[in-house]
Amino acid sequence: MPQRTLALAGGGTHSPARRALQSTWHGISSLGGTVAVLLVFEILGRTGVLPARFLPPPSEVIVTLVQLLAGGEAWAAIGLTLLGWALGLGIAIVIAVPVGTLLGTSEFAFRATRAIVEFLRPVPSVALIPLAYLIFKPGTIDGKVFLAAFAAIWPLLVQTIYGVRSINPLQLDTARSFQIPRWSAFARVVVPGSVPYLATGVRISSSVALILAVTGEIIMGAPGVGMQINLASQGGAVPEMYAYVVISGALGLGLNLMFAALERRVLHWHASQRGVRP
Amino acid sequence: MRRHRGLYLSAEILTPVLVVVVILLATNAGKTFFLPPLQNVFVAFGENWLFARIPVDVLPSLARLAVGYLIAVVLGIGFGVLLGRSRGARRQATPIVEFLRAVPPPALLPFTLVALGIGDGAKIFLIALVCIWPILLNTIDGITGIEPTLRETGASYRIPGAARLFRIELPAASPQIFAGLRASMPLAIIIMVVSEMMGATNGIGFFIVQSQRSFAIADMWSGIILLGILGYLLNLLLTLLERWVLAWHRRSHAIAR
Repeated sequence: MPQRTLALAGGGTHSPARRALQSTWHGISSLGGTVAVLLVFEILGRTGVLPARFLPPPSEVIVTLVQLLAGGEAWAAIGLTLLGWALGLGIAIVIAVPVGTLLGTSEFAFRATRAIVEFLRPVPSVALIPLAYLIFKPGTIDGKVFLAAFAAIWPLLVQTIYGVRSINPLQLDTARSFQIPRWSAFARVVVPGSVPYLATGVRISSSVALILAVTGEIIMGAPGVGMQINLASQGGAVPEMYAYVVISGALGLGLNLMFAALERRVLHWHASQRGVRP
Repeated sequence: MRRHRGLYLSAEILTPVLVVVVILLATNAGKTFFLPPLQNVFVAFGENWLFARIPVDVLPSLARLAVGYLIAVVLGIGFGVLLGRSRGARRQATPIVEFLRAVPPPALLPFTLVALGIGDGAKIFLIALVCIWPILLNTIDGITGIEPTLRETGASYRIPGAARLFRIELPAASPQIFAGLRASMPLAIIIMVVSEMMGATNGIGFFIVQSQRSFAIADMWSGIILLGILGYLLNLLLTLLERWVLAWHRRSHAIAR
């Protein structure tokens, strides 16, 4: 990551318009490999080297994808998947950030809960699918929200604890000797100090929440993109199945890019975003 | 600080004990269908996993996990080194890799079910396919992040191919490669379990789903607890391996991307 930021920042002497043009050209010219791979699959698909039942030519998938998006069928599924992701991530943030801050601030609380966190964290949340199946009504989004939230809590909790604990005690002591009120010291020392860790935690938790939302849709039949993948596959509509897989990948990519951009914006002052190697 | 040490230590030991006791009491007091009394879960755990079902379910699961993961490690590091060396190839490959990495892994499960069926091969293929991306990306980052001085010194001494790879590139990139290995492990476990929940005849995921379908709730919980323990142990194994391999490195915990 640092090299990439450094490379982008390197073009600082050019005019904005020229830079925009350059980065557009950079973007387009780097798609050559993608086009080549798609062409190879197209030829292999058309000539029958790859069985069309499993791997249809990419052009068919693209046409199906456009139809699904233009016809509006895909949007309801996309909305439901994003709803599951947003609720799961939101619940995780509401639980993990305050609890993580508490555990990071108090040595006693940290020690007392360390063993429990260390045991619960690696439990693969997909193991809870059968439980979610029993508790939540099938066909609703509740089960996948539960899975997404459970999975997303742990990376964020751990990052929050690390973030708060990473704060230099000297800074807190300085705040105290200047008699800065506790809440103010919290807002001005603890929060900025732990935000880089939090941002990483939210980014990881976001992709985990999406994975679990889609998994819940595929396995538990919760409505969303995952369920459409499964339905298309069972119905033998292979191009449609791939179209929905592409949609799920686009969602993942979009969310990744969004959080990376957000991190750059919020943390532009921080060393990790200025291309400085720690 | 010192006078707190005993207090902290006892808290660290007593809290988990307390939590187990509270769960024990709560599950016995309130009879909820999906929360059976904890002692029943422990009994079920003993009956299933010590060690009756180990060869039937645990070993097949772990074997698929290990083979799929190792394939991803070899291919991920191999292609990662190649792409890390060539700026042009990296630029062409990045969009594909970034996209494939962003696909939620279980989304590919219906595809392998259709194309490859429900055998071990399909599950291993999917585990490898999903685990390769974090390893590949982090290997690329590791290779491209090698100090130019190190690279140029190697070039000016004309260090030949194999030595260049094993003495310069891989050691220098290894902290980042390990970050990729750590990022892939949870994905491998997810796919191991999920692929056994849809279309399988054995495995831990299969056992958990079967228990749930036959309403053997204590058995189901015993499987969930086993997965927790396995997840913990696999993570520990990787951490120990990392510490051993990277003992020379000052900042051995690189952050995965």
